[in-house]
Amino acid sequence: MARAKVARKSTSIDMTAMCDVSFLLLTYFILSATAKQPDPLDVKVPSSTYKIKVPEKDIAILTIGSGKVFFETAGPDIRASTLEKMGEQYKISFTPEEKKRFSVVASFGVPIQNLKKFIAMDSDERKRSGIETGIPADSTNNQLSDWILNARKSVAELHSEGMRVSIKGDAAEEYPAVKKIVDILQKQKINKFSLITTAEGGN
Amino acid sequence: MAELDTSSGGGKKGGGKVRSKKASTRVDLTAMVDLAFLLITFFMLTTTLSKPTAMDIAKPDKDDKSEEKLELRASQTMTVLLGKNNKVAWYMGEAGKTPPEIQSFDQIRATILANKKKVRETTGKDIVMVIKPTTGASYKNFVDIMDELLITGIKTAPAIDDENILDSEKDFMKQQGIL
Repeated sequence: MARAKVARKSTSIDMTAMCDVSFLLLTYFILSATAKQPDPLDVKVPSSTYKIKVPEKDIAILTIGSGKVFFETAGPDIRASTLEKMGEQYKISFTPEEKKRFSVVASFGVPIQNLKKFIAMDSDERKRSGIETGIPADSTNNQLSDWILNARKSVAELHSEGMRVSIKGDAAEEYPAVKKIVDILQKQKINKFSLITTAEGGN
Repeated sequence: MAELDTSSGGGKKGGGKVRSKKASTRVDLTAMVDLAFLLITFFMLTTTLSKPTAMDIAKPDKDDKSEEKLELRASQTMTVLLGKNNKVAWYMGEAGKTPPEIQSFDQIRATILANKKKVRETTGKDIVMVIKPTTGASYKNFVDIMDELLITGIKTAPAIDDENILDSEKDFMKQQGIL
């Protein structure tokens, strides 16, 4: 008897279409992703079930961790303008080159007296040198308050928009340290602000 | 007339057609697809998961000199004191009248819900929360309690009061070792 022959089919599939789709998606995700600036101050943000996203512009973020405060505003134009205003106030003149370098720095925490030195360093040196001691926020030397005020002025001038202030605190930070910063905000009549949290898992 | 032979790689000349060998144009794309999907997964996870959320907080104006202060009805108010070691103390109504109760953060949600229901039934009004973070509390505690208010669906804005922590409240918390 003749055996029934099973036709052998090739197991390889045409991958071209799949490859096209996957690379299209890949391109989309790469383009839509924004490069994340490394945070100089490592904080563990508490989690919450709030769903509102943090806005991307016209915002200042105060990072509080291990007793230090770091400051960040969004947008290179705002950063440059804020630096100029701070320079005028503290009688320090910054060159256009320094302004340009500063406008790409995200979060920083140096007293304004050391800012020139800080701008000249590259990011590795900044981390190593230990120059980032936090922005002074005492009642006698309240540079943080000036930074916030000048950033608000810059946002109002350039974008005619009110600046939002967000606090990004370390979960283990003591409440009084946060309260001190909130009191500075309230002195400037900022009674509404946001706390940055991460989305809670499993919700 | 001279003719140019344009055919490449003609083996046999003369007679018959010249056929070049056709190599298959198919490439195995499996490895490429693998790589592409790996990268897609990476970019998807990093873009969506790292987006932080904002919790809006409103505090009363400190320099508000107006005498018109909204009186809170005692039967409607629940005060939560945040202490150290992740403990809270809560009481209903006026300070000193009812002894505060110490609870952990896991239990406070049920308490808030129960009190919310009770206030609704007895007075027909919504409960008003007063949050008093003391010096012993951590930032996480504060975020947690605000989160609990959202979860329990308390619509009225909570009063965040870190200035007027009464002596009787402080004494109680010290006694219980949470300040």
